[in-house]
Amino acid sequence: MASTYEKIATTTLSSAAASIDFTSISGSYTDLVIIGSIKTATLTNPACYVRFNGDTGSNYSVTNLYGNGTTAGSTRFSTQTFIRYNYVTDPNTTNFAPVIMNINNYSNATTYKTALTKFGLASIGLDNTVGLWRSTSAITQVTFTLESATNFATGCTFTLYGIKAA
Amino acid sequence: MATTYSLISSVTVGSGGAASMEFTGIPATYTDLLVKVCGRSTASGSVYDDLGIYFNSSTANLSWRILYGTGAAASTTSGSTRYFAFVPGASATANTFSNVEYYIPNYAGSNNKSVSVDSVTENNATTVLLSIAAGLWSSSSAITTVTLNPANGNFVQYSTAYLYGISNA
Repeated sequence: MASTYEKIATTTLSSAAASIDFTSISGSYTDLVIIGSIKTATLTNPACYVRFNGDTGSNYSVTNLYGNGTTAGSTRFSTQTFIRYNYVTDPNTTNFAPVIMNINNYSNATTYKTALTKFGLASIGLDNTVGLWRSTSAITQVTFTLESATNFATGCTFTLYGIKAA
Repeated sequence: MATTYSLISSVTVGSGGAASMEFTGIPATYTDLLVKVCGRSTASGSVYDDLGIYFNSSTANLSWRILYGTGAAASTTSGSTRYFAFVPGASATANTFSNVEYYIPNYAGSNNKSVSVDSVTENNATTVLLSIAAGLWSSSSAITTVTLNPANGNFVQYSTAYLYGISNA
């Protein structure tokens, strides 16, 4: 039987790093899933940014639904240069935050690409975000960075999985 | 190629119901755990019941923040119990069961254990719960046992729980 859910690549940081990058992603899957376990090195709860294929143009938009235990709300931003996620990590604890990103139909050359992502940590809050990349290009690269040039901490792990419908 | 997504074990509640569903002896050979629950509680007079999860038979050192919608409003709250998901209760539409997923990255490591949760209950009337939650078990121990229980009742017959191991090896 063909394998439906396959690991494509995994990264575990042995030292703090400014970005986490998956490159040369094959177009042979149907959907992508990224599972992260992250923590920042210095700044409390910076935003996390995601870009595709190294595109730094104003081709992204984002809508999120968030809660921090006190306030619930939803915001959106158009014409952005990245997809932004909140409630990423708290460097003052040993807690790593789960990140689950689903990118469906990532390799088609016809439609724009959407990513549905969950970030959350019990000590600060959580959000559920949909991001849009207005490009018909197949996604071959996914890059995570942090606000204010903060680093990802040692021990962060990101794994990219491919899901095959065929 | 190594299998990435493996069923470790499953539980189906039999006639008479059960106070809990439990997975024991979980090996440390995977990267992450995923628990999928389709359950319903006998909680009397309740449209929904809180669903608890705890690890290694310890109900201590758990905390969470949750974001939820009822069909009328969205709210957020926090707590320090094991209850941060939901199942239908005895007053919910008959034969409706929850859809709950707990994702636990790096469950065998020495860091505290974070949990990402999706939970829905549907009801052909008012009062439903759709929620996401961030849970935390502050323990350096590897998770070897996962226990699920409704707060105010038992699981009814046909409730199920599936435990999957996700491997990035």
